[in-house]
Amino acid sequence: MSTKGLFIILLALSAAAYWLGLRRSQTVARRAGAAGGLHSRPAYYGLLTALWCGIPALIVSGVWLTVQSGIITHLVVAHLPEEIRSLPADRLSLVVNDIRNLVSGNILSGQADPVIEAAAAHYRDLKATSRAALSVLALLLAMGSALIVLRAISPRLRARNQVENVIKTILILCSTIAVFTTIGIVLSVLYEAIRFFKAIPVTEFLFGLEWSPQMAIRADQVGSSGTFGAVPVFLGTALISAIAMVVAVPIGLMSAIYLSEYAGKRFRAAAKPLMEILAGIPTVVYGFFAALMVAPLIRESGAFLGLAISSESALAAGVVMGIMIIPFVSSLSDDVINAVPQSLRDGAYAIGATRSETIRQVILPAALPGIVGGILLAVSRAIGETMIVVMAAGLSANLTLNPFKTVTTVTVQIVTLLVGDQEFDSPKTMAAFALGLILFLATLCLNVIALHVVRRYREQYE
Amino acid sequence: MNLNGARTIDIVNQGLRRRYRAERRFRFYGIAAIVFSLAFLFFLFLSIISKGYTAFRQTVIQLDVFFDPNLVDTGNPATDNYPALVRGALQRQFPEVQSRSERRQLAALLSSGAGFLLRDLVREDPDLMGQTLPVWLPADDDVDMFFKNPSNRDAPQSGRRLGDRQIEWLDRLAEDGRIRSQFNKTFFTSGDSREPELAGIWGAVCGSFFTLLVTLMLSFPIGVAAAIYLEEFAPKNRWTDLIEVNINNLAAVPSIVFGLLGLAVFLNFFGLPRSAPIVGGLVLTLMTLPTIIIAGRAALKSVPPSIREAALGIGASKMQMVFHHVLPLAMPGMLTGAIIGMAQALGETAPLLMIGMVAFIVDIPQGLSDPSTVLPVQIYLWADSPERGFVEKTSAAIMVLLAFLISMNALAVVLRKKFERRW
Repeated sequence: MSTKGLFIILLALSAAAYWLGLRRSQTVARRAGAAGGLHSRPAYYGLLTALWCGIPALIVSGVWLTVQSGIITHLVVAHLPEEIRSLPADRLSLVVNDIRNLVSGNILSGQADPVIEAAAAHYRDLKATSRAALSVLALLLAMGSALIVLRAISPRLRARNQVENVIKTILILCSTIAVFTTIGIVLSVLYEAIRFFKAIPVTEFLFGLEWSPQMAIRADQVGSSGTFGAVPVFLGTALISAIAMVVAVPIGLMSAIYLSEYAGKRFRAAAKPLMEILAGIPTVVYGFFAALMVAPLIRESGAFLGLAISSESALAAGVVMGIMIIPFVSSLSDDVINAVPQSLRDGAYAIGATRSETIRQVILPAALPGIVGGILLAVSRAIGETMIVVMAAGLSANLTLNPFKTVTTVTVQIVTLLVGDQEFDSPKTMAAFALGLILFLATLCLNVIALHVVRRYREQYE
Repeated sequence: MNLNGARTIDIVNQGLRRRYRAERRFRFYGIAAIVFSLAFLFFLFLSIISKGYTAFRQTVIQLDVFFDPNLVDTGNPATDNYPALVRGALQRQFPEVQSRSERRQLAALLSSGAGFLLRDLVREDPDLMGQTLPVWLPADDDVDMFFKNPSNRDAPQSGRRLGDRQIEWLDRLAEDGRIRSQFNKTFFTSGDSREPELAGIWGAVCGSFFTLLVTLMLSFPIGVAAAIYLEEFAPKNRWTDLIEVNINNLAAVPSIVFGLLGLAVFLNFFGLPRSAPIVGGLVLTLMTLPTIIIAGRAALKSVPPSIREAALGIGASKMQMVFHHVLPLAMPGMLTGAIIGMAQALGETAPLLMIGMVAFIVDIPQGLSDPSTVLPVQIYLWADSPERGFVEKTSAAIMVLLAFLISMNALAVVLRKKFERRW
């Protein structure tokens, strides 16, 4: 039975269990008469039966399906002839891959030899047995547990409380997914990064001035061995983020000030959503725009002024990224500026300050911590932004602060290292995870600081 | 009166003038900032639309095709030679073209997919065999670009893609009324292709649909459940604090890091298929969960406590209060949050690059585990293609993507307006 079929049958069984539980509770109630009375509404008895019917069987099937492939592979390998089993680990995994491919009907890496075909047949047999065993077990479990609950239905059974406990457990599990995601991110990035740091020392990665991750794939190939000094990559990221902030902070802040302090209601109602469209445009669109329109524009205007600007300049990527971040800065600053109490403004006006003086000397200082927090969040966004830089910033890791030159960033390197053909034990691919670790840590620090600053500031006027 | 003879009032007035000037300057900066952002937005839309609207039309060439039963035999696809039908039709149109190189140039006027079109025609109606019929066939993208951009004609031969002879032939075809521009149906119905004139977005739209379907099916229930627990049931302790900090942080983790997670966990650890919507959906689920949870909590928070107290007062359990009273009232807010989260997920590219959705895929995906690509990744792929014809295709795909996004956001706004309730 296929997994899908099993799932559908389990669902159908649960529905039947609901109905049975409902009916049984009604009969029980009738038999007990008015004096007895059920503890819960009949629907809860149905639900309880259905939950007991479905959940244990689903859990068992889930666990079975995740471990099944490993166990079967192990059994198949144990049955292979001695000379294949004694192959080195990587060759053996190739053989296993061939067997799996043969089972699923994919293309083989070479000619299928009889040993492999026998192994594949064995694999197929084991898989079929495992499927059948799982189906029988799951269905028996579903029906058995449903029967036990059905028999236990009595007026005193606290069905509602039990159902609610189950639901509450599900709710708790759902809310912990965020924690598991974080753990997953940390583990997956850290594991590969540690393997990378075993091959390349951390100090070389963090302080080396040369980034050239191209490695020969086979040992006998001619080619550079690759150097992994990430300083040029970090510097490129910092340069582009700095350009982005130079664009985004003044424009975002000034528009927030204008919208919250000067603009009339109607202008604000029209301009604010329009500016927020900027935040909703997918970054790949910005990337296309930066590479195809802004970069040539900047290059030509540079040529007009007699400057040599490369076609993939840090400037183009940075400016477009800055524009992408404007609504982010402006809406965060808007929030904090609005949170400054009116009494401060009134006080400033009362001693004769003009509006701009009030803003510059009273409101901005009062809102500063919140604005700084917002800017930090924006910086972390700029550091992690990928598509714009992938499409417009370039690949060569230049150790330069010249915005007219092409630079590369952490995210660009992750993408170029991991897209395309790759093998998973080369330092080249693991370097991407090391960069990912740095990226994660850097943005995490910025976010934690920013959230802390924003939250702390918000409590001041409450 | 001070020593310099200037009256205090003059000094004050002078200062006032300066201060008012500063005031006006400041105000101008504010307007300039807003105008700059809006002008950029306008410029972006303008340039994309002006570059992309031509992609919705396509140049086609009419040829009299003789369906030669010797060349194509409907029974046996292996020996069918549909391109030969196209070459034969061209030969009959221009009998004077004899040399090999000229014949190749002539054949280059038509899309290399013209043969497939004839094949489809024959499959639909086998009676065509042996007849000669005028058929409109798609032109090559160079020809397409030539007609869409008339200034190409004046360029020197080295600066354009078509040779002088080819332009001469095209002119003759145009004189005969054998060239026209028609609605580009291919763009909306076919998958990716290396040939710009044959490339379409339907494969990417399907891929996006399946990916978003997985994302919605997983992230909405999980997000709502998590929001309910955190807002209604969670005790205030270290554990729930940790969960909350985590959710806030995840909302700000760079999307590409989620791609790394998907690559390491879903592909390498669980062995799920590469390039599949199911993996894309899982990654996007983890990404959109924080958005949905935060929106869901805000929606739950806005339901007044009196509703809760009334439900508890008539003897409902806490669970009944939440599911029968609070949740239905908070649902519209949660839905708007979910739509906005979906819109973000629809535009996301970087994490999907990590799990292999950048593969060149021609087939239209039929299910959750078929290899596929999504709209933004299709845009990324086309933006990298060197052929001129892909620039307009990229812009047109961007227009389609933006249309989806704008309608999703509009739906969210309408929902919010419709269900907004002041307590």
